[in-house]
Amino acid sequence: MKKLLWILVATVGLFVAGPSLRADDAAPKADPNGSATGTISDVPGFVPATPAELGADDKNDTNKVAAYMDAKKAAEDYAAQSKIEPLAVKLADSVGHNRVAINFMWTLVTGFLVMFMQAGFAMVETGLCRAKNASHTMAMNFMIYPLGMLGFYVCGFAFMFGGLGAMGTLGGYAGLNHEITVNLFGHDWGLIGWKGFFLQGAGYDTAAFALFLFQMVFMDTTATIPTGGAAERWKFSAFMIYGCLIGTVMYPIFGNWVWGGGWLSQLGTNFGLGHGHVDFAGSSVVHMQGGVIALIFCWLIGPRHGKYDKAGKLVNPIMPHNIPMVMLGTFILAFGWFGFNPGSTLAGTDLRIAVVAVNTMLASATAALTTTVYMWWFKTKKPDPSMMCNGMLAGLVAITAPCAFVSAGGAAWIGIISGILVVEAVFFFDKRRIDDAVGAIAVHGVNGAWGCLAVGLFADGTYGDGYNGVAGTVKGLFYGGGLNQFWAQCIGVTACFVTLSILSMIVYFIAEKLVGNRVSLEVEIEGLDVPEMGVAGYSGMVMDKQSETPYAR
Amino acid sequence: MKKIEAIIKPFKLEEVKDALNEIGVEGMTVSEVKGFGRQKGHTEIYRGSEYTVDFLPKIKLELVLPEARVAAAIAAIIKAAKTGKIGDGKVFVSPVDEAVRIRTEEKGEAAV
Repeated sequence: MKKLLWILVATVGLFVAGPSLRADDAAPKADPNGSATGTISDVPGFVPATPAELGADDKNDTNKVAAYMDAKKAAEDYAAQSKIEPLAVKLADSVGHNRVAINFMWTLVTGFLVMFMQAGFAMVETGLCRAKNASHTMAMNFMIYPLGMLGFYVCGFAFMFGGLGAMGTLGGYAGLNHEITVNLFGHDWGLIGWKGFFLQGAGYDTAAFALFLFQMVFMDTTATIPTGGAAERWKFSAFMIYGCLIGTVMYPIFGNWVWGGGWLSQLGTNFGLGHGHVDFAGSSVVHMQGGVIALIFCWLIGPRHGKYDKAGKLVNPIMPHNIPMVMLGTFILAFGWFGFNPGSTLAGTDLRIAVVAVNTMLASATAALTTTVYMWWFKTKKPDPSMMCNGMLAGLVAITAPCAFVSAGGAAWIGIISGILVVEAVFFFDKRRIDDAVGAIAVHGVNGAWGCLAVGLFADGTYGDGYNGVAGTVKGLFYGGGLNQFWAQCIGVTACFVTLSILSMIVYFIAEKLVGNRVSLEVEIEGLDVPEMGVAGYSGMVMDKQSETPYAR
Repeated sequence: MKKIEAIIKPFKLEEVKDALNEIGVEGMTVSEVKGFGRQKGHTEIYRGSEYTVDFLPKIKLELVLPEARVAAAIAAIIKAAKTGKIGDGKVFVSPVDEAVRIRTEEKGEAAV
């Protein structure tokens, strides 16, 4: 009976997907060896556009006629000149190829930097855990890299970017052009992409590969956030199930809506809400998604044994076992963020990268300082190194969406606010028995949402012309842009929270049904390292058992 | 023969060792221990929640000496380890029945 049901589902699926797959025949040609990518058309203004013929009404308008004649003459002059000087055309072709090559280089190298953030996450999360769970936490951070990547390769990339359309900065390849849409309120809204599975066919193109690498490491950043939140009690087998689903389904859906041409990016063109949901480098797509998953998992899996007393009131802190590791990891992450944010231009020829990079570091600095001072003077009388790290990361997460659209002052303020938000959020969730081992919900969830909203407030109107297909620059409330952009950001944040909450619950219950999510109490007290992984993180080293649980302290 | 056990503050170990060397003590055994007496523990705060540190790190020094030298050794330890503040530690003296040097199998005071 079950098998029959599967066959039925598969048949219906093929019936739906079949026609859409056949519709792709007239796709632009892919360029797997890269020789045809980057031409004279990538040199802005070199080839004058041939003007469109004038209509009957336009012929009476002298201004329009004059403009038409000028444009036509420029095009004819160019055609004549290029015959006399073919070398100039060849040179321009070469310049175009080099411009695109610079963009490729930038996209790939910044992608490599983001890949290194995996190491940063592994160190931060493991350092904040107890020594008896070190190899387990480290192993989760390690395995999410291959698991997530392969899922993204199989179908995640196709779901997220299958309907992207032309990739302007990477040579204009438009082979990934199949978006499944639904017609509502008289507009077509993108729901999910449907091209480039296994990087085959239209996906076998240099530009698509560059985009795949860059976006894959972003996806892995999201994927590694919940491993910290639910650490020290999460069964490794349940984590593996989550790892298979994050890259294939959980991440790409909302990702498509924002970056792949889906409905959130169309709020501007279809509804006039500013530029649609604007998320430059992923405050919502990357960080808030990870934060919401962490929230749901931490809530459902329950707090670590020993943190709360039997009445569920008293909070006993569980000590990190390696603060130097946490701080080194934070620096690695801050370094990787120079790939994360400036790389998101996908163009080394877009010189706004300097502004993006400086905004990123400014926000991280103001956030780290604010958190430290706020803890020290107002909260606990000590500066608290673990919170300093959370503070710096909170600033980085918050500036990720607005980094390209705000001034240095705006970036500094976004950082200051995120520095206070992260402290309050950690305390808030702690009080509600949502036990987040590393502060992932506060850092990534809360500040991811704040970063997105900040675009609608602080965007200063100096950048973003044509972003999401809307003419004009991105302008927030404080710079006279009105509330439209802010509403678009609110819709994006709400959609992220609702969608990921539902998806996380589904994934949690699948894992619960198949293997169970939480280890037994004996395993948790002994430490997950040996029972779950077979080897201790610090075998042969004497651990201070007394600091392991608050009861023994 | 007597055994002297002294619980001292960790940072005083070097001074105590030097003081004992000066009066001719040739060997001792040291271990890192935790405990509390009148000093009690103290409360700390981490990420907004308070916790108490009951057991404080101390050093335990053990040495076995002929009876005639015990008083001088105790005086040396006290002089070197004293800061005058609470938590300086304690000295315990107890009788030892026998001692054997493993290499030569010497016994009694010749072995210590």
